[in-house]
Amino acid sequence: MTHSSPRFPAPSQAKTSQHILRPRKMARIPATVGMLAALAILTLAVTLLSPAFGMGEMSTSFVKTLGKTLCLCLAALAMDIVWGYTGILSLGHMAFFAIGGYMIGQWLMYARTQEIVVQALASGPIPATADEVAQGVATQIFGVVGGSDMPMIWGFAHSLPLQLVLVVAVPGILALIFGWLAFRSRVTGVYLSILTQAMTLALSLYLFQNDSGLRGNNGLSGLQNLPALGDVSQDLVSIWFFWASALALGLVYLGLSWGISGKFGSVLRAIRDDEARVRFLGYPVEVYKLFVFTLTAVICGLAGVLYYPQAGIINPAELAPIASIYLAVWVAIGGRGRLYGAVIGAAFVSLLSSWFTGGRAPSVNLGVYTIDWVDWWQVLLGLSFVAVTLLAPKGIGGLFDRLTGQRPPNRKGAPLGPNEGALQEQEAVE
Amino acid sequence: MRSLILAVLLACFGLHAQCDTVAQIATAHAADIAKPSRQSIGPVIADLAASGDPMAAKLLEAWGNKALGQRKADKAFFLLAPDPAGYALTDLTGASAGTAAKSDISELKPNAGVRGLIASALVQFTLSDPDPVRRADALTSIAQDPKAESLAPLRAAIDSETDPALKAQKQRLERLLTLRFDTDPAARIAAIDSFGSDLGLDLRAALNPLLATSRIATQDDGAGLNIARVLHPGRDLTAVEAYDLLVTTGAAPARLTHDDQKKALAAQITDGKVGGIAVADLTDQAARDRAYTALEAAGAVPTAATDDEVTAAIAAHHFYEAYAEPDASVTAAAQAALAKISRVVGAMQVADLTLDGLSLAAIYFLAAIGLAITFGVMGVINMAHGEFITMGAYTGYVVQQIVPGYTASLIVAFPLAFALTFGAGVALERLVIRHLYKRPLETLLATFGISIALQQLFKNIFGTQARPLTSPPWLDGALTLNDVVSISYIRIAIFGLALLFLGFFLYLMNRTRLGLEVRAVTQNPAMAASMGINPDRINMLTFGLGSGIAGIAGVAIGLFAKVTSELGTDYIVQSFMTVVVGGVGNIWGALAGATMIGGFQKAIEWLNPSNTLAAQTYMILFIILFIQFRPRGIIALKGRAAGD
Amino acid sequence: MSALLEVSGVSVSFDGFKAITDLSFSIGPTELRAIIGPNGAGKTTFMDIVTGKTKPNSGTVLWGEKGQSLLAMSEAAIARAGIGRKFQRPTVFEDQTVAENLILALKSKRGPFAALGFKLSKAGQGRVADLAAQVGLHDHLSRKAGELSHGQKQWLEIAMLLAQEPRLLLVDEPAAGMTLAEREQTTALLVDIARTRAVVVVEHDMEFVRRLGCRVTVLHEGSVLAEGSLDHVTKNPDVIDVYLGRG
Repeated sequence: MTHSSPRFPAPSQAKTSQHILRPRKMARIPATVGMLAALAILTLAVTLLSPAFGMGEMSTSFVKTLGKTLCLCLAALAMDIVWGYTGILSLGHMAFFAIGGYMIGQWLMYARTQEIVVQALASGPIPATADEVAQGVATQIFGVVGGSDMPMIWGFAHSLPLQLVLVVAVPGILALIFGWLAFRSRVTGVYLSILTQAMTLALSLYLFQNDSGLRGNNGLSGLQNLPALGDVSQDLVSIWFFWASALALGLVYLGLSWGISGKFGSVLRAIRDDEARVRFLGYPVEVYKLFVFTLTAVICGLAGVLYYPQAGIINPAELAPIASIYLAVWVAIGGRGRLYGAVIGAAFVSLLSSWFTGGRAPSVNLGVYTIDWVDWWQVLLGLSFVAVTLLAPKGIGGLFDRLTGQRPPNRKGAPLGPNEGALQEQEAVE
Repeated sequence: MRSLILAVLLACFGLHAQCDTVAQIATAHAADIAKPSRQSIGPVIADLAASGDPMAAKLLEAWGNKALGQRKADKAFFLLAPDPAGYALTDLTGASAGTAAKSDISELKPNAGVRGLIASALVQFTLSDPDPVRRADALTSIAQDPKAESLAPLRAAIDSETDPALKAQKQRLERLLTLRFDTDPAARIAAIDSFGSDLGLDLRAALNPLLATSRIATQDDGAGLNIARVLHPGRDLTAVEAYDLLVTTGAAPARLTHDDQKKALAAQITDGKVGGIAVADLTDQAARDRAYTALEAAGAVPTAATDDEVTAAIAAHHFYEAYAEPDASVTAAAQAALAKISRVVGAMQVADLTLDGLSLAAIYFLAAIGLAITFGVMGVINMAHGEFITMGAYTGYVVQQIVPGYTASLIVAFPLAFALTFGAGVALERLVIRHLYKRPLETLLATFGISIALQQLFKNIFGTQARPLTSPPWLDGALTLNDVVSISYIRIAIFGLALLFLGFFLYLMNRTRLGLEVRAVTQNPAMAASMGINPDRINMLTFGLGSGIAGIAGVAIGLFAKVTSELGTDYIVQSFMTVVVGGVGNIWGALAGATMIGGFQKAIEWLNPSNTLAAQTYMILFIILFIQFRPRGIIALKGRAAGD
Repeated sequence: MSALLEVSGVSVSFDGFKAITDLSFSIGPTELRAIIGPNGAGKTTFMDIVTGKTKPNSGTVLWGEKGQSLLAMSEAAIARAGIGRKFQRPTVFEDQTVAENLILALKSKRGPFAALGFKLSKAGQGRVADLAAQVGLHDHLSRKAGELSHGQKQWLEIAMLLAQEPRLLLVDEPAAGMTLAEREQTTALLVDIARTRAVVVVEHDMEFVRRLGCRVTVLHEGSVLAEGSLDHVTKNPDVIDVYLGRG
């Protein structure tokens, strides 16, 4: 037996520089600070331009559009964690977003309708009983679908705190059950994507039914009116929700960038790049995936809670599979695997989209044919999405790398491999 | 039968001694005809009908249509027709009698009851009309609205029938009427039994009214009722229902509803109080009840049934579900017949459901077979596959706009759709997918981009409304085995097309050079390349082929589905599910997946027929669970060949 | 000798193809063992069974002093129990730095909450630096693993294995694609490691096995053909038959 010790070159430095070993202290801070600062400046600017507190240069509806955009950015953050970092291309996260909206919508609609019914009944000679009020509310809400009874699932709708618990619990538990089923049977890659898409489709078809208890395709409406506030103006409501959305986005951004900066983020990226290897390192991959899937579902639910009161209406079309795919599109265009990319992508594409489809974009006259962007925006979006996937897999975020002089690791001509977010080759064969 | 003939003969010769002409009868009963009443006119109409005079039918018809008039001058009857001078007159022998001014004629306007009598008398004439079409029409109208009065004329018209088909129809209708309207229970039971286990909808429609029940409350033991079952309050019907029944039959006073109570209270407000209770305190039901009781005691409001009274009233009555048909032997026979029928119908429904399931499976298979090639064989996920299906359907639509004749246009459309989508597939493979092999998730996203672009493009070109893609006339209609089992020809054609594709695919993959090369490239691209196979070319052709088949499927699907820009989206998720559930990389898997999904979806729809949306929801949930147990699908590649 | 790993009577088949037939194998707590055999002998399947990737149709796999069965455990649980595996192709996380790779592998609590609250201790820092030094990657700690050469990746993976502090290492063809000098370093490293724990090396290359100088198990068609020193087994007529007599 030879007992020669390994002959490796001696380390050139006696001491290892600390920053190498402590990734949490590494250079993620500028991006986080920059993003939070930008958010703060935006909030200040919107406040100063808003009709409620400022010069009124900005219309209430535009304040709402911006507020909604921040909520979409929040959902995109969640999508980036689950897809960009963990490699699970979920095509169902907008369903969780919409479920959050439905949950808060139940309370908003119930409480608001109750106010109206109480007011209407108060004009009678005899004061109303609780039963009469409840019956009146049920008839008001469910008259459109031919019902006059409150379904069971509205049992908590009278209470804001209980309904807020549901906002977290329903998307969370749904994601937990679905994720547990999917991950434990090792469904990965495109299969998982298709399965999440099927889940979304099932949910939306279910909600389209009139007897789903959530008013079928009418959805919940009048959500912009906050109960118990009397006739507070929408100018004020819009800026409140903008602040709340900005605060939520800022806090979640901070929390997530802390979470992924350390070993947790390292494990997630490792799962994305080579799940089997992580398993052989002893990490319970399924638990991590489930944790991330559920956490991001809850974040999406919260984003929906802030979004739908600004939108005013929610219906089952909101959780059609296409919505979740758009979420992936935003993250991809912004640049996945970096949090600011998701925010930028969601903000950029959704604002551009509302500009184009809102009919404000000037038509292009080609002589023989006039391109009306309301009709052609989707075509442009679809094609530019293909272009981004093919030509700029890093999305808009890749531009920042160019600007800051960061270069991708030299892969010696190897294909853009796992670190671009794709999973293993085998998933194609599996 | 003989006695029937005799009856008719008697009607003519025996009863009325001699057959008068219509004119004679009309003159004899002029007053009755001019001012008919339902009670008195019956015999007159019967006489007219029995006269044997060909004018009788014309007179009755004119009378019923308010085209019979009486000349004021001589009280003579004429058939009226509009004329520039007023009316053109036809006398009761059928001869023209010139014209008359409107003022000279008083038109006869029999009331609805009389018109009904006239109409049923006319039935006899139309049933024996020389024109078979009119006879058939008369039979149809009787079948649609069966009446007791139709029975006798129908019986009378059977023997004279010369057309065998009509005769059979008449006989069947006679039995159907007999079992409902004959006065002799034995004849009715015999008629019921004569049908055996016939499945006809008309038979079931005739039997069901016999078993119609109503709820009846009596204080005695229900003697004289044909009781279907005894209802026990609290078990078979709620106390509220029982009391409501008593209220509707007038056996008990109405209960006070909350609304009525509220109104009564509101009417009695004095000084902010009702029955001694402050109005502001009436915010719960108990307070209102107290107030009302106080008012009752004061005599200010009528007494309403209290709960005790309600209970007592219910206890004092027996509740039954009783047949409207009084004869128990008839209802028993009808019940037995229906039970027998429903057993057979059940079996037939299973058969029909199986056919439905198979044809749905064929549709899913058609939609999925292209995917089974691109996704299953190549491992490329193509979210634009649905749009290729749509493209095929729109191709069919455009071709129909240009090529005349539905058959010819289909013959052109199929290859054209294949060519177009083949081209689109090849372009997609060359421009996009080729750069993304080994990155399936990004292929998914990029092809999704194509999908939304194409969908909007379709919308821009064809608009949002559905475009018709009409099937040729020989595909119209359905193959009907009986009233339960039927399948439309178009579904049979699609089933055939699916089988054709299955055969084509198997032939292509197992018997051709291309198939061999495809399998080689799939299993080991590097090795295949070193054997001189160009994987690039194979991938391109395979993808084109899968897309081309989607185009053909699109034409077929367009024949029965609405052709809109969203046609493909409706099928894409199911198609992927079909491939995943069946097992990737295997055409039999796609077939098994389609059969399972199609069959299962139909089964759920059968259990809950009102709601196809729910069926789809449960279907998808089922698939998600199914994948738990067979993650690789029904027909899985096993072992190391499956990769991982 | 009490065995660390005791595999007995294990069989597994894929679709009728018998990859492993009635295989028995055992290894002590500090032992270096080479497994050789022609292609398709079942070497990789054997490792798959031990690490929980493949479940055998029959047989038992017992682990440690308590004789715990590995068959009911997941891959991750088996890894946590102390079995480390190195794949034939170097599999390191190319998008992450060498330091991050090592920290990932470093023995620690593996749950998500533990990972969220993880903070690298002074001892941990020292351990990472030591491991890197041991495989000559000390100067490359901040480089992305994807930028390393093939041999460096192999060593990084071995260092990651060591960071897991396993009691048994399963090493699949460690010398594949290495230069002669690198091979020698690898041999020395493996021998060194085997002084404190059990190491199973699967290898084609007889020269490499000879240099390891350890007991050899020869697999053929899914079962053990011979076992003993290299000289002993190479004299075995069955082995000669399998390796040479086919042609």
